[in-house]
Amino acid sequence: MRTPASQRYISLIYHHSMSTSLTLQSNSADRSLPKAPTGIPGLDEVTNGGLPRGRPTLMCGSAGCGKTLLAMEFLIRGATEYREPGVFMAFEETTEDITQNVRSLGFDLNKLVRQKKLALDFVRVERNEIEETGEYDLEGLFIRLNAAIDSIGAKRVVLDTIEALFSGLQNEGILRAELRRLFRWFKDKGVTAIITGERGDGTLTRRGLEEYVSDCVILLDHRVTDQVSTRRMRIVKYRGTTHGTNEYPFLIDEEGFSVLPITSLGLQHEVSDERISSGIPRLDRMLGGAGFYRGSTVLLSGTAGTGKTSLAAHFVHAACERGERCLYFAFEESPGQLIRNLRSVGIDLGKCVEKGLLNIHSSRATFYGLEIHLALIHKMVQQFKPDIVVADPIGALISAGSRHDAQLTIVRLIDFLKARGITAMLINLTSGGDTLEHTAVDISSIVDSWLLLRDIELGGERNRALYVLKSRGMKHSNQLREFLLTDHGVELLDVYVGPEGVLTGSSRMSLEARERASAMAAQQESDRKARERQRKREALEAKIIALRKEFESEETESVLVASEEVARKDRLEDDRYSMAVSRGADEGNGNTRPRRKLNSK
Amino acid sequence: MKKASAKTPLSLEELARNQSADDSEKWDLRLYVAGQTPRSLTAFANLKRLCEEHLAGRYSIEVIDLMKHPQLAAGDQILAIPTLVRKLPQPIRKIVGDLRDTDRALVGLQLRPAKN
Repeated sequence: MRTPASQRYISLIYHHSMSTSLTLQSNSADRSLPKAPTGIPGLDEVTNGGLPRGRPTLMCGSAGCGKTLLAMEFLIRGATEYREPGVFMAFEETTEDITQNVRSLGFDLNKLVRQKKLALDFVRVERNEIEETGEYDLEGLFIRLNAAIDSIGAKRVVLDTIEALFSGLQNEGILRAELRRLFRWFKDKGVTAIITGERGDGTLTRRGLEEYVSDCVILLDHRVTDQVSTRRMRIVKYRGTTHGTNEYPFLIDEEGFSVLPITSLGLQHEVSDERISSGIPRLDRMLGGAGFYRGSTVLLSGTAGTGKTSLAAHFVHAACERGERCLYFAFEESPGQLIRNLRSVGIDLGKCVEKGLLNIHSSRATFYGLEIHLALIHKMVQQFKPDIVVADPIGALISAGSRHDAQLTIVRLIDFLKARGITAMLINLTSGGDTLEHTAVDISSIVDSWLLLRDIELGGERNRALYVLKSRGMKHSNQLREFLLTDHGVELLDVYVGPEGVLTGSSRMSLEARERASAMAAQQESDRKARERQRKREALEAKIIALRKEFESEETESVLVASEEVARKDRLEDDRYSMAVSRGADEGNGNTRPRRKLNSK
Repeated sequence: MKKASAKTPLSLEELARNQSADDSEKWDLRLYVAGQTPRSLTAFANLKRLCEEHLAGRYSIEVIDLMKHPQLAAGDQILAIPTLVRKLPQPIRKIVGDLRDTDRALVGLQLRPAKN
């Protein structure tokens, strides 16, 4: 016998009285059912607050679905988070095994046992050791349970798996009666209990335990479809309360159990008028001049190698520069590879990662089932609290499930991100044969902005082009832009639209060169004409000056002639006078000198 | 039908041999009960009678009331009440019930071979 754990109980006086077990539950008349929170992320949401307090809950499922772990986590969280110590009674595994099993999930049971927050008990039932003769009951089990409960003041109990009793004891009649008594006793005792049960063929449990535990039944399931496993849980019934009725995927990881209440969250989320840059100024201008709306969903679709990831990287980089947090789910590249490749176009995401603003999470789509992917995204979003989430490429999820499932998953993802005001950028690879305006998972109708990247084959080249197919709530450009991947990132250029159609790449460049040449010729022609005009003007002005000079010289000439005439007349008079003088004429005939003096100049 | 082996010396043949050769072998029996219920009283009375008939003078019975000593239930992995545990001779055997069925009780204690 290997039961050192049993020595941990201290002796306590046993107060159990059979007569009380038939009294009715006093709290059954309560309108609101008291609940014991499990502390397990998601499970409390699905159950609207936890398991029914003071009542047993049946946890059933096939082997390896996580019953024991869920039950154990219920106890551990109860003990550590809600000050409700718990008793774990194992019928299949020894306490050492259990301690070891949950250590891998980060729970230290020994410590909790030392702190008297948890009691572990292993009940071994060996049929070949036991002979049955006559009447008996399971009072021994009751006493052990009671002692364990009283030793630490337990409020929670787990029996894992009580069905083992059926293989150890033959008298089913007694067993069933005793189980019924046990579950009633739990209610009287006021402990919240989880009873686990192996799933039977066509029934919830192999031994029909659901007959006795009628308050709450939770079914765990572990399904493998196309070699991809998904764990799901469902609340089969929960008496006296509302609860989620769907199948919810759950995760078991290094932090334990988490259930993902992924339902369609409705469309009541708050909207933001804030605009955020796409990281490419030219693209922002195409998007009504300001970029995307915060909290909107952006779809980037395009054929292979059209620069979808680079465009997304710009967006992420710009966000990190603004100090926002980004979560990048890469389904095809490892973080290192992604960072290296983007460095070649001049985008350094490494720095963003170092600053802790960017978290690149890489996982192959086929590594988990769809729900688990969604679950992981949920979990990481809740932990990292990003402003922006990028999923690259979203279509990869199809390989993890069917097309329909993938679509549902993505719709749920979009709803989830929208409800949190997170801007989502989904990248969708359009395969060559598909029409461009067709997303692999038919989600185009629920996204807010859709950028289409395409290649244009022309003149022996394949060039990239981008356009905004739709963008709700903004006046977006209707134009095609040529999209260049340069050493310093993405550049958007106008494409040439002319009589020869849309031209890109070298054709555009040669046409632009031709246009430049003809423009230059026209310029030269007009320059030449201007020069000619100038010359003519100068010639005209020169002529005017010459004429004016001619006129001036003529004028001078005529004045000279006139003065000469005067001088000649004077001289003539002088001559006449001097002649008169020499002839000795009298002075009375008027040819006198004073008169001449008056007339002369 | 249990096969005779070295580990189970109390098979039919060996038992016969033992009884003649070593009647002084000590039987150490423990009866677990929970309170003075009619069933535990019946069990004790049945046990007493059985021992007097088959093991006169070489047995000891220890009655453990789990109401008083609940911590002792784990040691012998007691679930059902009443349970009779044969501590000696080895190996340990358990018989649950009030020992009303003497034949089965004897088989359980390996004082008589099981008949199929």
